This record gives sequence, structure tokens and C-alpha cells, in this order.
Amino acid sequence: MSAIKIRLKENDLQQLKDVCKSFNNEEGELINVLHKAQGIFGYLPAEVQEVVARQLKISVAKVYGVVTFYSFFTMVPRGRYPISVCTGTACYVRGAEKVLDEFKRLIKVPVGETTPDGKFSIAGLRCVGACGLAPVVLIGDKTYGRVAPDGVRKILKEYDDK
Amino acid sequence: MHILVCGGTGCHASSSNLLLENLREQVAGKDLAGEVQVIATGCFGFCEKGPIIKIIPDNTFYTQVQPADATEIIEEHVIKGRQVGRLLYKDPVNKEVISDSRKMGFYKKQIRVALRNCGFIDPENIDEYIAADGYSALGKVLTSMTPEQATKEIIDSGLRGRGGGGFSTGIKWDIARKVQADQKYVVCNADEGDPGAFMDRSILEGDPHSVIEAMIINGYCIGADWGLVYIRAEYPLAIERLKTALGQAREYGLLGEDILGTGFNFDIEIRYGAGAFVCGEETALIQSMEGHRGEPTFKPPFPAQSGYLGKPTNVNNVETFANIPVIFNKGAEWFASIGTEKSKGTKVFALAGKINNVGLIEVPMGTTLREVIFEIGGGIKDGKKFKAVQTGGPSGGCLTEKHLDTPIDFDNLLASGSMMGSGGMIVMDEDDCMVSVARFYLDFTVEESCGKCTPCRVGNKRLYELLDVISKGNGTHKDLDKLRNLGEVIKDTSLCGLGQTSPNPVLSTMDNFWDEYLAHVEDHRCPAGQCKDLIRYEVVAENCVGCTACARNCPVNCISGERKEVHFIDQSICIKCGVCFMKCKFNAISVS
Repeated sequence: MSAIKIRLKENDLQQLKDVCKSFNNEEGELINVLHKAQGIFGYLPAEVQEVVARQLKISVAKVYGVVTFYSFFTMVPRGRYPISVCTGTACYVRGAEKVLDEFKRLIKVPVGETTPDGKFSIAGLRCVGACGLAPVVLIGDKTYGRVAPDGVRKILKEYDDK
Repeated sequence: MHILVCGGTGCHASSSNLLLENLREQVAGKDLAGEVQVIATGCFGFCEKGPIIKIIPDNTFYTQVQPADATEIIEEHVIKGRQVGRLLYKDPVNKEVISDSRKMGFYKKQIRVALRNCGFIDPENIDEYIAADGYSALGKVLTSMTPEQATKEIIDSGLRGRGGGGFSTGIKWDIARKVQADQKYVVCNADEGDPGAFMDRSILEGDPHSVIEAMIINGYCIGADWGLVYIRAEYPLAIERLKTALGQAREYGLLGEDILGTGFNFDIEIRYGAGAFVCGEETALIQSMEGHRGEPTFKPPFPAQSGYLGKPTNVNNVETFANIPVIFNKGAEWFASIGTEKSKGTKVFALAGKINNVGLIEVPMGTTLREVIFEIGGGIKDGKKFKAVQTGGPSGGCLTEKHLDTPIDFDNLLASGSMMGSGGMIVMDEDDCMVSVARFYLDFTVEESCGKCTPCRVGNKRLYELLDVISKGNGTHKDLDKLRNLGEVIKDTSLCGLGQTSPNPVLSTMDNFWDEYLAHVEDHRCPAGQCKDLIRYEVVAENCVGCTACARNCPVNCISGERKEVHFIDQSICIKCGVCFMKCKFNAISVS
């Protein structure tokens, strides 16, 4: 499943079990459980999925199937500053693809991955609905509107000392 | 005096929250709290020029207001009664300054039904909703109408589902009403996945109570006591406001047991989507709510017979629900008097792309595309030429010049090879390549196909590959034939609405822009200059003055040349980002 092998700490394990329990360990609550779990760990590594499967008494395959089906769930830890470039149609026709290319070129990782130092990760994002500001880029909670390819370097500079 | 500050996602992203704080601080500091109220509202719709504020009663409309402008607005406008000229709206075409929002081209032709409260009331305050006739429809239905009468009112109004399908809402309710079961459910589909459409989010952010009220009415009509809102996790602000509104409604006894003392029980819970476009399809949505992968199931049985947890379920989308309370307040006849013969009422469109006034608009059904794009939308950005408008998102098609005077309604759009969809409208100009646009949509569909049925899973991937080959200049006539045949097959054989419509962007662009496809195939040329593999940027020696703007801005430093001398682009390094082309003020960069 995931290339990264981790061991869950005892209290993490307990926290995860508590989440499952708060949803009565019900199979139908799988997506809600995963939302909470990703909120705690930042991502959903194989080990987390195994625990969830055990608690809800379903197969790991079923959990994995759901995690990989929905784009909101990720099995790779995101960077400290996750970069999301909106790839909705409005942003596309206003040049989002070129903006995304420029981010990829400068931080040197492909879409869906994180830089080796764990600082940035990059992803395409479905429409955020701020089409008036197209193309839109989100870094963490901060929104950048009307981003042009030649403005990308300046945006990344803001994170130089962080 | 009221100062309304837009608190929608678009304006929020340009610091309208700071502006709000500053205005409140100013009002408090200048001891105006008794006379001036600063209110955060939902979206005004005019996202292009956000952040927006409006001052009532004189309707002064300020655009692109920065947090630092708060002082001037309070001192000049509020205290001295003088409008702040530099913040007023200026018409992009005739440069006329318009201070009253009702006189702006953007608002003149609009009739706001679903968006009636967005931008007017504080969405976090139930009293403001009630003051605007809120929950009076619920009172009327619960106390003076039988479920059958109330359902008939919706049938008579002619309201059709605003989520894409366009099925009669009243008849859908009636089917669910007639099914006998011990438990039924009402579901609000707020999984707005169409890229470029954001009306459902705006309604939930700006007027969440209208949706809650409609769901309760729906519950009464079909005999359900439980409602679920399935909402995208990507809409944090909408979720927050919806939660606040649900809490207030419970506090007021409008949700819970024995609503308004009538003995009717109803409550609503929130379910989160996790980013899957296909979950907008109602059977996939139900699968997802039950914790499964969002894969559609066969119909029949329809959700009205066997839906959530196998019980009869009525699913409507946010905009459809937002229309319900008004129909009861003003009557089915009033609603049916707006619109065309078979499409009643209004429709909200998200105008975006290469248009001057990006934003959310609501017009009567039957308004023409020309009115929407050129009068409300203010025409094409930067004086460019209109090329196409894409409606219906990844399921829709591109309409062109010849469709501009077609009245917009469900049936006319279908007849023109597109569809209403959820109401996204992306305007494209002469610089957009239609092959790239089709490829963009297919890229989306390939990623979002759930994989359950083969035509959609495999077929769309093949369509994408064919388009990719064509956009690289390596396509043949045979590829074009394949593209069309395969598209037709996918439409005919897919299981759900996603696959049945996914070839539309390809087929409609082939119908309307055949020349462009031919240019890619026969001449290996992209007429719009968009397809990277088919273009090169070059310096036009006679125009270049050696200002160095291109070289300084080139992200890969592939442009060389001394000051005041003709520059040169090294094609082996150029990544075709187009920055030099945009930066050159002397027309000295050409695309070929």
C-alpha cells in the first residue's frame, strides 16, 4: 500500500479507536471516521487504515478502496505548506495550467508529491468557487488570486525563511 | 444606515473579513453604533470586483474595497454624506460611473428568486431570515395544507430540478409521497462538483435557512422525519454557516420534535463528501452517504422507491430547495408566470472565464445567451472576440455565436447539443483552443470516472488519448473518425449520467469547431496558439527595441540580447509559458 512504514504510538492508536467508537464502530460511518482520522494524522497511512478496518469490522481492502476513491483523502503526508492550484474550468481558461507548471518546475516535484524537506506539497484542486479571482492558488489557508506564471517565484519567496 | 459587506468565499479570499473588522472598529470608535449597522452578508454575485460593500438605504455600491479603505468610507460617506468616488463601479465599456447597484448592467436584467436573500441578510442570524418572510412558508404548509396539497403546489409551479437532470420536482416528491414505508429520508445534494459552478455554495453561505425550511417542507410532503445534507468537505465556510443555522433553527423549535406545535417531527444531519464528482449523481451520493465508494447503482429502483439505507429517499439539490419557500409564499401561479413554456422560474448561472463581470447571476428562464454574456456579463475581457460559451460543465457542450440568441432553458440547451447542468457558464475568447478545452474536460472525466462500467472507465481514457495525440499535432483523419464513433458509443452504453454525457464536450466542439480539429490534424497547427507542442515564440526583429522586459521576466532565462539590441529566444530551453508574449509592449514577440 504505502511506501512509508510507520508505527502508531500508543496514544495515537487510542485516539483513533476513540474516533471509531464515537461513531459506534459502525460500518456506514467509514467516511466520517476517515475525515476525523485525516484531521488527526494529516494523512491516512496503511497502518491507520488497518486499525480503522479492525475497529469497524470490515476488510482493509474496503477501507483502502474508499480512501483511494475520494480525492480528499491522501496516503502521502502533505507538506507544511500545501500548495493547491485550482484546476476548475474558469481557472483553466485563465491560464492555471501554466501556473501549475511553473510551481512544479520551481519546487521540483510532480503533482501529488511533497518536497524531500517536507516543506511544500503540490496538488491540483477542484474548483474552489472563487472564479472572480481566477487563476486561484491556495497555500495552506492563504488565497492568492489572479496568479500569473511570472508571479510564482515571488509567492514562493514569501516562504523562504519559514 | 446599514453597511453590507460581502462575506462570500470570493470576497473572503480578498480579505473582506479584515474590512469588516475595520468598519466595525470605526463605527464603534466614532460612536455610531446606534445609527450604523455593519453586517456580513452572503455573496452579492459580483465576484469580479470583490470585495464588495453596499450601503443601504441609498444602494451605494463600492467595489474592490481594501481593509484600509474603511476609515475613508466611514468619515466621508457615513459622517459627511459624500460618496467615495474612487471606489464606485465604473462601467468597463463606456467608463460611466454608477453608484446605485440597481442601475448597473450586471443587476438590471436579473430577477433574484433562489438568491433572494444572498447579499441582503446576515446568514448567521435567523431573525434576519424570519424578517424576510423566512419560515412563513413552513408555517403555512404545516398548519393549512395537507401533504398532498403542498406537493400539488410544487407540481403546479412547474419547478424542475436545478442540479442538472431537470426532472419535475413536484412529481419526484409525489412519487416518494405515494410509496408506503416506515421510514423515509430527505436528502439535500450539496456536492457541487462541476468545476466553475458555485451557486450552491453561495446559497448555503448566504441563505442557509432557505434550504433548511425547504427540507422540512419536503419532509412533511413525503412523510419523512429525517433529512441529510451531503456537502463537499472543500466548502468550510458553507459548512460552518449551515451548522450555525441548524443550531438556531433547533433553538427556535423549527427543527426537532413537534415543530410549531403541529406534532410534526423533523431533523437534519450533515454528511461530508470527500471529493468525488460522480457523487453528484443521486445513487452514487447515496452509496457515499452509506460509507461506500461513490459508485452509481442501476435505476430502477429509483431512490424514491429504495434509497438511503434501502428506504424511500427524495434527493434535490440546493438551488432547487432554495426555490421552494418562495413558491409557497407567492404562489405556484406566480412562479409559473416566470420563464418559458416548459422551464419555469429563474436559473442561477455562475459566469466565469474570459468575461468582464465574473460572478453569480440569476435570470428568468428564456433569457438569451447574448443578454447574459454581453449585457449582464459586460462582454469579453480585454476587448477580445467571443468564441464560445461552455454550459453544463464536463457534461455539457460548447455553444457558439450562432446560439447567442437562443433563449436559455432546459430543452433549448439540449437541442443545441449542450445542457443546463448545474449552471456553470464558462466564456471563451479567440485565444482558447477548442481541442485543448475538450481535452481538459476529458482529463477531468477520466480522473472522476468511478470505474464501475467499462464504457466510461476505458472509453473516456481512449478519448483523452486521442485528443492528446491531436493536440500534439500527430493526429490523423482516422483518429477524428474514431473520436466521434467512440464518443457516441460511450454515450449510449454508460451506466450513469457521468458517462452518458462525458463525450459531449468533444462531440459539440467537433460539431461547432471542425475547422480547428482539421487544422491540428492536417496542418499540425493550433489556430488559437494554445497547444504547446504546436507553437513557438519568436522575436520579431523589426519591432524589438531591446527593452529587456522579456529577458528579465523569462522564468528559464532562455532569452538573450543586449539592451537596445534585438533579442533572441533559445528554442531548446523555452518552456512556452508565454510570459515574454504577455510582457512585451512592442508586439515584438510572435506566436507561430
